[in-house]
Amino acid sequence: MATAADTRPDADLDAFRAEVKSFLAASFPDSLKGKGNALRSVEGPTDETAEETAWRTAMAERGWGTPTWPKEYGGGGLSKQQAKVLQQEMAMAGAWNPIGGMGVMMFGPTLLEYGSEAQKQEHIPPITRGEIRWCQGYSEPNAGSDLASLQTSAEDKGDHYLVNGQKTWTSGGQWADKCFCLVRTDRSDKHKGISFLLIDMDSPGVEVKPITMISGMSPFCETFFTDVKVPKANLVGEEGQGWTIGKRLLQHERTNISGGGALASLNAQPLSKIAEHYIGTDENGRLADPEMRVKIAEFEMAWNTFLLTARRAMEESKAKGGVSEISSILKNVGSKLGQQRAEMLIEIMGFRGLGWEGEGFTDKELKHVRGWLFGKATSIYGGSTEIQNNIIAKRILGMLDHQ
Amino acid sequence: MAVLNEEQTMLRDMAQEWTKNESPVTAWRKVRDEGSNFDPAAWSAMGEMGWTGVIIPEEFGGSDFGWMSLGLVVEQLGKTLTASPLVASSLAAGAIILGGSQAQKEAFLPRLASGELVGTLAFDDGPRHSGAVSTVAVSEGKLTGTKPFVHEAESAGLFVVLASDGVYLVEKGAGVTLSDRELTDMRDHAEVTFDGAAAERLADGGDDLAEAILDRARILTGAEMLGMAQHVFDETLDYLKQRTQFNQVLSTFQSLQHRMAELFTDLELMRTAVEAGLQALDTGFRVPEAACLAKSRANDVLHVISRQGIQLHGGIGMTDEYDVGFYLKRARVLEASWGNSGFLKDRHAKLAGY
Ligand SMILES: Cc1cc2nc3c(=O)[nH]c(=O)nc-3n(C[C@H](O)[C@H](O)[C@H](O)COP(=O)(O)OP(=O)(O)OC[C@H]3O[C@@H](n4cnc5c(N)ncnc54)[C@H](O)[C@@H]3O)c2cc1C
Repeated sequence: MATAADTRPDADLDAFRAEVKSFLAASFPDSLKGKGNALRSVEGPTDETAEETAWRTAMAERGWGTPTWPKEYGGGGLSKQQAKVLQQEMAMAGAWNPIGGMGVMMFGPTLLEYGSEAQKQEHIPPITRGEIRWCQGYSEPNAGSDLASLQTSAEDKGDHYLVNGQKTWTSGGQWADKCFCLVRTDRSDKHKGISFLLIDMDSPGVEVKPITMISGMSPFCETFFTDVKVPKANLVGEEGQGWTIGKRLLQHERTNISGGGALASLNAQPLSKIAEHYIGTDENGRLADPEMRVKIAEFEMAWNTFLLTARRAMEESKAKGGVSEISSILKNVGSKLGQQRAEMLIEIMGFRGLGWEGEGFTDKELKHVRGWLFGKATSIYGGSTEIQNNIIAKRILGMLDHQ
Repeated sequence: MAVLNEEQTMLRDMAQEWTKNESPVTAWRKVRDEGSNFDPAAWSAMGEMGWTGVIIPEEFGGSDFGWMSLGLVVEQLGKTLTASPLVASSLAAGAIILGGSQAQKEAFLPRLASGELVGTLAFDDGPRHSGAVSTVAVSEGKLTGTKPFVHEAESAGLFVVLASDGVYLVEKGAGVTLSDRELTDMRDHAEVTFDGAAAERLADGGDDLAEAILDRARILTGAEMLGMAQHVFDETLDYLKQRTQFNQVLSTFQSLQHRMAELFTDLELMRTAVEAGLQALDTGFRVPEAACLAKSRANDVLHVISRQGIQLHGGIGMTDEYDVGFYLKRARVLEASWGNSGFLKDRHAKLAGY
């Protein structure tokens, strides 16, 4: 739906730009430049400093952490163009969005679409203020790619559901306040028996056990539910509608993995600059390793093609008023490029790019190693590369299973 | 698999049995959790089994079985990620065999053969391998300079050091300081600084000594990588045959079958290249070319297999509890050792004269 804001003349955008500039000058302290956001960090939350709190609050007051969400629920109510201006100005000032996490990336947009008025009133504002952490209770030991075979059950007990079962790979489960869960309310139908339920992580009967990852971090958990009482008001949509809602949320997750979030800023520091630092240049000022030079050029060209394609997908979907078919390929391309870049960095840095901890490595180098390992997950979660390819083959290309 | 003689078959089978029973990946996990370099009992067992002397001539206490034989053992150790300085120490012995005087051989080879002394190569001046070049200076038999990443440095008592005018032996002691470097594979690495350390030149190896040592390093490292690749492949195949999703065993999905078929093809090509490298060392025929081929195939194939190992295990592959991540982490360290594929492609072209 077109809003008045979509057709604002550019002059108005200039005014908005000026507003953003002065806001940033007043509210974003230099000392926070280039720092990350604890809520979005894969390493888990760190305690917020007073300065960080002030920055988060300033952004929350304007709703600019969730710039395009409706104002009535605490969002910024900005048009896409305005949001882009905000993003550009923040990047220029070295500022970052202090409001993030699964609530912003996946759950919020889904609830805005499917939630009841009461649910939106209750859950969206705390997300826009960065006060509540959400985690995703989808996967189970025997329901990964085949998510619909999930077994965690929610039994109707009149005024509440009684939840029993086990989730796994619940990222951030140990730090989360709430969990959006897919649960089974009916055993007779694989897909129609699934419902979308919101569970407080501090409810009696919820137990969380962190699992250490190959990157050394433990942001993901096994989550056990034993006779957990969940109020009926926490059912999103209708009973049995969970698969539809859950898949919608996965689209947001995929979009974030491929387009927004970490990847958008991925090539912020160009590989060529990093390579010049580690490898050096020849007498013509070119990277001293000609093979690496070609590889970096290849990567950058692929990266640019990816960005152009992402833009094309956006333009197409805007023109068509639906999701563009090519958006299905973006998650795979994005995760592949992200992983490729991380591997190249390791190659560029040599042993310095393989440090685990301790002396002899810069913080950046150590962070990179962990990021390289963690990044292997982008082609697994949110629907693995293989599953995306199946979806493309079947839904878009109409290639059917061998019968 | 190369056609093996009786001796080699026995050695390989023994190594396979030993690693399976005495040194499975759980043994490495234990070593890592304890924060140590290797299990001393396992190392002395290797000495007793004669593995530390496989390439050392009989007159110096070795068995003189040759590089192919050593490669077979190293491949088995690679499969189970057995932590030991066997590769490093054998390379140091190889350097002395190539370039040492009779006196140097007598002084060091018997101790290396028994495993009582551990040797290692200290070659690269920077974090990336850049061939047989070094700025480490020697004056009046004293060596000064820094080698930022040396494998098995903590365990070593003897360093084979590349300096600006040749290759030197330096014993751990006065003028040698170590600073631990913890890499992602959690193995024994350190920065080694020489500050007027007493050094003896390996004077009998000719102008190409450093290159010849590096060729050996490339090939033997390739053998370790071969074992790792084989193991990740086997484990992944087993996993796909047992994990069920969509009411089907994963191995029934054609896309995964084709992927495994391609990895299998790559793996077999890698095996050929590595074994050909080991054979080249034993026959002395076109070693530099063979070393280039062995290490570059090993780099490329292990790179892909270690990534696919994680991918095909799904979420479980991302956990520390599962072994497959260990192989990914060790793989990149070995890939960076003695020449990445870019370096080796360039070297191939140079050797071929273009
Ligand atoms: C870092 C990380 C964070 C995660 N965070 C969360 C979270 O917060 N909440 C949550 O609910 N889940 C989370 N997950 C779980 C993630 O969604 C699952 O790991 C993913 O869906 C894959 O399932 P699986 O691990 O069971 O792998 P499996 O489904 O067992 O797949 C194993 C391999 O087989 C392939 N495969 C499976 N089926 C097919 C097929 N039909 N055709 C071809 N290939 C196939 C897969 O692509 C994969 O390569 C996370 C995972 C990771 C790694």
